[in-house]
Amino acid sequence: MMQRFSCPFCGPRDETEFFYGGEAGNERPEPAENISADRWAQYLHMEKNENGRAREIWVHLTCGEFFVMERDTVTHEIYKTEAFHGEQK
Amino acid sequence: MASKYSAFQLFKEGLKGHTGWEPAWQDKSPSPSYDALVIGGGGHGLATAYYLARNHGLKRVGLLEKGWIGGGNTGRNTTVIRSNYFYPESVALYDFALKLYEGLSRELNYNIMFSQRGIAVVAHSELEMEMAARITNAMQINGTDAELLNREQVLERVPLLNQNDDARFPIFGGIWQGRAGVARHDAVAWGYARAADKLGVDIIQNCEVTGFLIENGRCAGVKTTRGEIRAGTTGMAVAGNSSVLSAMAGFELPVRSFALQAMVTEPVKPCLDTVLLYMGTGTYLSQSDKGELVIGGGLDRIPSYGQRGNPPLQEEILSGLLEMFPAFGQLKLLRQWAGIVDVVPDSSPVIGPTPLPGLYINGGWGTGGFKAIPAGGWLLAHLMANEEHHEISRPFDMDRFARGRLIDEAAGAAIAH
Ligand SMILES: Cc1cc2nc3c(=O)[nH]c(=O)nc-3n(C[C@H](O)[C@H](O)[C@H](O)COP(=O)(O)OP(=O)(O)OC[C@H]3O[C@@H](n4cnc5c(N)ncnc54)[C@H](O)[C@@H]3O)c2cc1C
Ligand SMILES: [Zn+2]
Repeated sequence: MMQRFSCPFCGPRDETEFFYGGEAGNERPEPAENISADRWAQYLHMEKNENGRAREIWVHLTCGEFFVMERDTVTHEIYKTEAFHGEQK
Repeated sequence: MASKYSAFQLFKEGLKGHTGWEPAWQDKSPSPSYDALVIGGGGHGLATAYYLARNHGLKRVGLLEKGWIGGGNTGRNTTVIRSNYFYPESVALYDFALKLYEGLSRELNYNIMFSQRGIAVVAHSELEMEMAARITNAMQINGTDAELLNREQVLERVPLLNQNDDARFPIFGGIWQGRAGVARHDAVAWGYARAADKLGVDIIQNCEVTGFLIENGRCAGVKTTRGEIRAGTTGMAVAGNSSVLSAMAGFELPVRSFALQAMVTEPVKPCLDTVLLYMGTGTYLSQSDKGELVIGGGLDRIPSYGQRGNPPLQEEILSGLLEMFPAFGQLKLLRQWAGIVDVVPDSSPVIGPTPLPGLYINGGWGTGGFKAIPAGGWLLAHLMANEEHHEISRPFDMDRFARGRLIDEAAGAAIAH
């Protein structure tokens, strides 16, 4: 069966309406000109790739809103979804 | 110790009612320490252990597998072997693997049933034909076999394809690699296991690595569910679990884990004697010796460690199949499954030292590492034994991300696996 995710703005919708955006809390290091190549590569490419509970950014393609979803990457259980207000470091 | 397999031995054992066969490898318990320790009993780990003994003469090699050997992606994949990649670095890597595969049954004294039946990658528009020509040219320049096919040549090879005028993905032509093919996946794992065992490698199953022994900033071995094991040099080849291991060692990888699924139909009479991939649908298939159609497609859309496929992608793969072969609409599916694959942003593997000295990685093969097993094992063994890169693995070092020298095969090859 198709899974349903809950957009904080539109409510429960089919998983195919959503797109994974990345790990929450991965903030762009600033100012860019002072950032080392290693740190920049870390920001762009390195992943926690959590096995279990994960906090992620998703976009609901239908309404275009980004939001935060907490879910289990093994069982696919969803703990919560909430509007994205920008993350604290 | 297992004897040499031959037609004569088969005959002799047959006369005794096949009661005299010995186990192909021994199931060992861990020793307290090894010269070299390999984590992961998939094809890459087993090949690494074999080449550590065979190429580098190491006597005390241990291989740790948390479940049973070949129970990960090596036993779950659709077994396509090919080297039709775009960049010279990739062709050097995958063609090295293909060449080793061509001699592997003999090398291992184990029939891996490598059937070089060729792969056709079908293009559906003038534009895609230009992409196909570009890839074909690149492959030829990189020194591997490739041919550009026109529509008639594709249909000659696969007459059952959808030839309707109103097909959503009309056939314009495609790319052909004749040396590509399929092999028996379990046999690759078992063949390496048996040959490694013969050279004295300890193959240890049901032994999960739960942490690393770190002394003076160096990897000195591992913690496992069966106690601590010390090692002079350690290598990991754990596919979709790469990030789990790297977190234990204290670093991150450019890896995201996804489920990749596959399925087989009920067996039918021979009807497809090549591997076939549609650029348009992303669905690909081949027919097994038993007659089942073995079908695969793209990654699931959701990062996951749940070893099962999601229904939306299954539907996409199957609707692709029916577009390619309307006649297959009558077939029943027998099985569907998934493996967890380790996807890297540039769709190329990560081979090299890790931020933890003494620990080396072979991972990030994503959707396409079965075809690379002999090379992946060869190169990781080289790294572990010499503490430096082989020239073929050098470009695949993790340092490419900070240097910006990505080997972006997804865009270059337009192929899923
Ligand atoms: C459905 C599907 C289709 C595919 N089709 C193709 C194809 O057609 N062609 C192709 O080239 N590739 C294909 N692939 C990709 C290919 O299967 C993999 O890239 C390849 O098998 C990886 O081999 P490996 O030895 O690295 O990993 P695996 O075979 O997964 O082995 C890793 C092993 O590590 C073990 N392990 C994990 N964590 C630990 C731990 N903590 N301690 C001890 N052991 C551990 C696991 O149990 C596992 O056995 C496909 C994959 C899938 C899932
Ligand atoms: Zn919405």
